[in-house]
Amino acid sequence: MGRYMSAISLNNVDVAYDGVRVVEGITFNVARGESFALVGESGSGKSTVLKAICGLAPEWTGEIFLLGEPGSHRPNLSLARRCQMVFQDPYGSLHPRKTVDAVLSEPLAIHGIGGQDERVEQALADVGLDRRFRFRYPHQMSGGQRQRVAIARALMLEPEVMLLDEPTSALDVSVQAEILNLLKRLRAERGLTYLLVTHNLPIVSFLCDRMAVMSKGRVVEIASSTALHDGSFTHPYSQALYAASGGA
Amino acid sequence: MNLLSVENLCVSFPTPQGRVNVVDGLSFDLGQERLGIVGESGSGKSMTGRAILRLIRPPGQVEGRVNFEGVDLFSLSERQMRTYRGARISMIMQDPRYSLNPVMTVGTQIEEALRVHERLPKRAMKARVREMLEAVRINDPDRVAQLYAHEVSGGMGQRVMIAMMLIPRPKLLIADEPTSALDVSVQGDVLRLIDDLVRDHGMGLILISHDLPLVARYCDRILVMNAGRVVESCDASELHNATHPYTKGLLAAVPQMHETREELPVMDRTLWAGT
Ligand SMILES: Nc1ncnc2c1ncn2[C@@H]1O[C@H](COP(=O)(O)OP(=O)(O)OP(=O)(O)O)[C@@H](O)[C@H]1O
Ligand SMILES: Nc1ncnc2c1ncn2[C@@H]1O[C@H](COP(=O)(O)OP(=O)(O)OP(=O)(O)O)[C@@H](O)[C@H]1O
Ligand SMILES: [Mg+2]
Ligand SMILES: [Mg+2]
Repeated sequence: MGRYMSAISLNNVDVAYDGVRVVEGITFNVARGESFALVGESGSGKSTVLKAICGLAPEWTGEIFLLGEPGSHRPNLSLARRCQMVFQDPYGSLHPRKTVDAVLSEPLAIHGIGGQDERVEQALADVGLDRRFRFRYPHQMSGGQRQRVAIARALMLEPEVMLLDEPTSALDVSVQAEILNLLKRLRAERGLTYLLVTHNLPIVSFLCDRMAVMSKGRVVEIASSTALHDGSFTHPYSQALYAASGGA
Repeated sequence: MNLLSVENLCVSFPTPQGRVNVVDGLSFDLGQERLGIVGESGSGKSMTGRAILRLIRPPGQVEGRVNFEGVDLFSLSERQMRTYRGARISMIMQDPRYSLNPVMTVGTQIEEALRVHERLPKRAMKARVREMLEAVRINDPDRVAQLYAHEVSGGMGQRVMIAMMLIPRPKLLIADEPTSALDVSVQGDVLRLIDDLVRDHGMGLILISHDLPLVARYCDRILVMNAGRVVESCDASELHNATHPYTKGLLAAVPQMHETREELPVMDRTLWAGT
């Protein structure tokens, strides 16, 4: 699979903060329409890899290709429309003085897309939020409600690729189920590509085709999601993670 | 005597449709035990925790009674209340990286938290902070202590918050989704650490979580909340036998390791009034 064909392609990528390298030698390809997971230890660099892909990590080396275009060291507006990220904590990523309506309409305005009213209503409905939340501020909502706004915002531009960093970890299981169903449906309908970070292996089992397991800044194994059914992991860290998660 | 007793707690906010109770007449007692609170997003779990600590800001209003070690918390002055917060009752907030002070290193913040509990020489203080970070499985405590909130990973932020809240050895810990960003192995260690305090120091724990299997395994008792009210309460070990349709709905929505369902069951939200 060529780097131009893949939705996301990383070849030997290192990322550093202030000269300190935190991830090293990351190599993987995500095909268009594939749903790929990054799992592994807390602090192992999963969020950092996502940030590097969308240009939010200034210090990286190696090769990154996103939708056939070479990766950059800062955010790129034309790619932003095609690739959206949902951040690990929506509290920080939602502007405290903007209403939900403003947060959702803004990307449409920036990219000159019409029909804002219906699109905002639709996005709220998609993530299971009642329309009475439309004019609330982040501090007037619960953790899970804010998380859903962050997901709705990413969906507004109908991107081709979504980088999802623990998108449902703040959600209770019933809302999580709705969001996971929605992500699965959108992928089937629009051929979306997902790169999803999670520490919850059953979510991978439900939504993803393959996963990369990270530990201490490296990818130690790339496995098919079927490994979650039969436990056929090869690296000791992945085996331990699987066992600790209640796998056989 | 109970450690904590909550009677008819109500938290309300003004909305265009009038004042709405987001916590609606909640009552429960807590001893030196582990109480789990589960329930849908928006059901009032965090507001319950914040109300106990008197952290609801206007225009929110709180009514009811909260008794902690025989003291009526709602009758205390704000100054008296501050001697409880952090020291005797602490709360691990749901959004750790956002709740941490952005302009102070995490090490300094943990030191500050320790200082309300005891006065120690600088060197001993640093050692205790280091020890606490190690206890929450931060592998490189010296590096992490120097970082600011935005420089730690999601799971590290959570563990820093936990370290900060445990270091003063509170009598009551309210933990709001304390381990949602942790991988299972770290999660297990952190929960054991909290458990040690419950067992050895008689701490009471309110664990707010949407992770039903975790709460069932870890807690003694569970309250299931919906729309500000308790719809079911049971022994944790009996959660799988829950009878309320809402609780059953929650249980069915949990994805499984051997997931084969094309779609996960969702609840019919029109059956449940929300806020
Ligand atoms: N802005 C930053 N400055 C300095 N170091 C950072 C910064 N952001 C992250 N790091 C460090 O990089 C490492 C990897 O962090 P990252 O957030 O990618 O981990 P993660 O795998 O997403 O973990 P988690 O599952 O806990 O969210 C951590 O050691 C963290 O302290
Ligand atoms: N300032 C406010 N004005 C109006 N409603 C509010 C305000 N703050 C919170 N609410 C509402 O109160 C309800 C309860 O919120 P709470 O944060 O307790 O939910 P929760 O059970 O912790 O949910 P989650 O699992 O998503 O964190 C929510 O529906 C929320 O929208
Ligand atoms: Mg992360
Ligand atoms: Mg909450």
